[in-house]
Amino acid sequence: MTDQIRFATSYDVGLIRSHNEDALLTFTCNLSGDGGLPACGLFVIADGMGGHLMGERASGIAARTMARVILEQLYLSVLRDGEEDRPALLEAMELAVQAANRAVSLAVPGGGTTLTSALIFGRQLTLAHVGDSRAYLVQPDRLKAVTRDHTLVQRLIDLGQLTSDEAVEHPHKNVLVRALGQQETLEVDVATSDLSEGNLLLLCSDGLWGSVSDGELFQIISNSESLQQACDQMVHAANRAGGTDNIAAILVELPGHPPMGAGSP
Amino acid sequence: MVLSVGVVGTIETISTARTIVTTSDDAERKLDTSTYRRTAATLGVQPGGGDILLDEGVTLQDRYSILGVLGVGGMGSVYRARDLRFPGVTKLVAVKEMINIAADAGLREMIVRNFEREANLLATLSHPAIPRIFDYFTQENRSYLVQEFINGKDLEALLEESDGFLDEILVVSWAVQLCDVLTFLHNVQPQPIVFRDMKPSNVMIDNHGHVRLIDFGIARGFQVNQRGTMIGTEGYSPPEQYRGEYGPASDIYALGATLHHLLTRQDPRLEPPFSFADRPIRSANPAVRPELEPVIMKSLAYDHQDRYASAAAFKDALMKMAKETGILGRLNTGEGRPGDAARGTPSVKPLWSFACEDEIRGTPLAAQGALYIGSYDNNLYALNAADGKFRWKYATDGGLPGRPAFYNDLLYVGSEDSRLHAISARTGRVAWTYYADRPFRSSPCLAEGHIFIGSDDGYLHAINAQTGRRAWRTEVNGPVRSTPCVAEERVFFGCESGDFYCLDFTGVLKWRFGAKRAITSSPSVAKGAVYFGSVDWTVYALESSSGFAVWRRRLSKAVISSPALSNGVIYIGCADEFIYAFEARTSKEVWRFQTGGQANASPLVFEDALYCGSVDGSLYSLDLATGKVRWRFQTGGPITGAPAAADGRVFVGSNDRRVYAFAP
Repeated sequence: MTDQIRFATSYDVGLIRSHNEDALLTFTCNLSGDGGLPACGLFVIADGMGGHLMGERASGIAARTMARVILEQLYLSVLRDGEEDRPALLEAMELAVQAANRAVSLAVPGGGTTLTSALIFGRQLTLAHVGDSRAYLVQPDRLKAVTRDHTLVQRLIDLGQLTSDEAVEHPHKNVLVRALGQQETLEVDVATSDLSEGNLLLLCSDGLWGSVSDGELFQIISNSESLQQACDQMVHAANRAGGTDNIAAILVELPGHPPMGAGSP
Repeated sequence: MVLSVGVVGTIETISTARTIVTTSDDAERKLDTSTYRRTAATLGVQPGGGDILLDEGVTLQDRYSILGVLGVGGMGSVYRARDLRFPGVTKLVAVKEMINIAADAGLREMIVRNFEREANLLATLSHPAIPRIFDYFTQENRSYLVQEFINGKDLEALLEESDGFLDEILVVSWAVQLCDVLTFLHNVQPQPIVFRDMKPSNVMIDNHGHVRLIDFGIARGFQVNQRGTMIGTEGYSPPEQYRGEYGPASDIYALGATLHHLLTRQDPRLEPPFSFADRPIRSANPAVRPELEPVIMKSLAYDHQDRYASAAAFKDALMKMAKETGILGRLNTGEGRPGDAARGTPSVKPLWSFACEDEIRGTPLAAQGALYIGSYDNNLYALNAADGKFRWKYATDGGLPGRPAFYNDLLYVGSEDSRLHAISARTGRVAWTYYADRPFRSSPCLAEGHIFIGSDDGYLHAINAQTGRRAWRTEVNGPVRSTPCVAEERVFFGCESGDFYCLDFTGVLKWRFGAKRAITSSPSVAKGAVYFGSVDWTVYALESSSGFAVWRRRLSKAVISSPALSNGVIYIGCADEFIYAFEARTSKEVWRFQTGGQANASPLVFEDALYCGSVDGSLYSLDLATGKVRWRFQTGGPITGAPAAADGRVFVGSNDRRVYAFAP
């Protein structure tokens, strides 16, 4: 039996803004039987910027392009069952983000977006990341960030100019140093690991992690009985904290781990 | 023991001069042999027994391509040659030719036997100041010794080229290094080796200012029909040598005579015998500091009991003088130099070494206080891991290219005789053998009470480890020379067809991945990914349940080396001469280290270091985090197998036929 990839999402405009500039994409596939494939899942969160309309277009195009390239390069080539030369997972993720970067530049000049994407394929979890949306692994005792923000404040922290506590209140905490649609050559963080390092994977925009601390997020997830309940509670917490930004979150149960809660789906 | 047999005449003064000499790195430049020819002509001697020099382009043994003549001697010539066994690099060697001109067949045969015995003895000497012996062979009436090619000049040539006196500090530096190598020779077990022919022309200074002792008199046996009984070189030899007696004290005298010559420019061959006491160094060269003169003069005492008791004592006296006169810091004593002086890398001494009868291309196995190693002499050897003492050997009918495996007091080894042999580790007796249709070049992998091993017959075999009965075999697209890895209840292995396979425990194919060229590299599995290299110049990481490529890392040559994994980093060698460290998560390069030859051997992670051999003959110990070299050890031949480690020792086999043990 193939491991099913189970997940839940939440997508909320927040309490202040009129538009949702975040984009969220999920795609999972199971193919059991002869010629079956390992469980496959693609999860993308993009947080657009550039003001009215521009931001939501940029994030939407980025998510769509990401999905198109991954499906074409990896999944369809597998379904065609050819011996064709397809890219490795790491290469495919890099290719897809670069394609998304070009697509945003062409379609939304002046716009930009973050992009944090996870590909689960068999026993490998491959992440591609640009900007300040985040991926976390939920471990038994904590939430572990597995992406690094491409922000000015993170750079200042790395340089020893700023402490993590000071960063929370920093006036330029929304300034990105890397984003899609901003430059022709884009450096993408791409890394792969196996699925054993966490039970759950959380992808979210800064509307969530900027309003609710990692410790609170961990408590909410730990106390929830289902994936969807956890997502709903996280959005609720962000809005309770002011709801100043759009909120997008995807919570994925990594294959090979016991399901969350008391057996409820 | 003395490294010479037979009768030697005074002609040797010339015949052994300028043997392995070159003047520059310029590969095309031929050495000027006119010095010898001129001297020989004045003595009415025909070099090499006639004009029978090997021509440039001639290839000996299908392996050594003659590039030019380095020197011409009384019993043959010395050639500069290229070793064709290393097609990717220009490996230069010196080929010393000895022509057997004995008329009597029995005598001829004895000369060849003596030559072979001495070549074998020489090959066992491992010291940075002694050129390495790579090979020897006899064809028709000529015997050849293949040895390390040394870039540098001999002291006689240096003396000839210099106008004034040589720098005293330099001479003391050489003296200290020569004392070291004599100390090494005089302490060889079971019998000391007396060099017997210390003189300026037998000491080379390589491009790093380190001394190399050349001409171990192996050729002297070929000098038949020469008059006289003197052995050594007139003028440098001590009085007792003329009476046929020689010991370590004779070498000490000859070293003193050599130093006297270097400092005074007075050639002892042109002076009355044993006249050093009448010719104090400072009377010829007042610039020599007064403290040095008595140190050297003591070594030249007429009665050997009045000289230094040992070469080590001679060195101590030199060092004491250097300390007292304040020149110690300026000496180049050659300490800590690498085996071939190629880089400023610390060298180490092996704890022990053991010689098999043919090349070792595989990997040793250390288990329960023993070291097991297969050789191309067809034997599996069992040695004491602590001291290298021979325990037993087990003969197969083919070369042993792989690594043995150990399980429940049985050793398993695949042979090119197409059999897998199970041998009692205690007695060295066979328990059972298993037949494939073609040679085994893969190594056994033990799991779940079974042995998994590939063969050139194109099957992956699963064999019951106790009974030797086949559980199953699965046919694949070509010979399997990589060693299977069993993990996650799967069997992973590469194939010479360029396919990579994953089977389940019943031998059923789970998936197959296609590389573009052969996969000889053996896989490693960790955290849901399988890693290996291919002759298509790529290192692969595949998702272990599907065979999907996670990442590919393209290098600039074939990857035959098998990866070692530690803490999320993959270490692997490449034929492009580098050893690489890649981050498993990102495939990013952490560091790379360049060896002097193809790095086809597989690395080993042990404690905080990486150990890896190279075709350049060196075993390298690298810092795991930075790739900086910790030490290297130069063996006499390419290293193609992986090291092994156990109980605080690291072991490696070399194509020089030896297996070495080191402290990490």
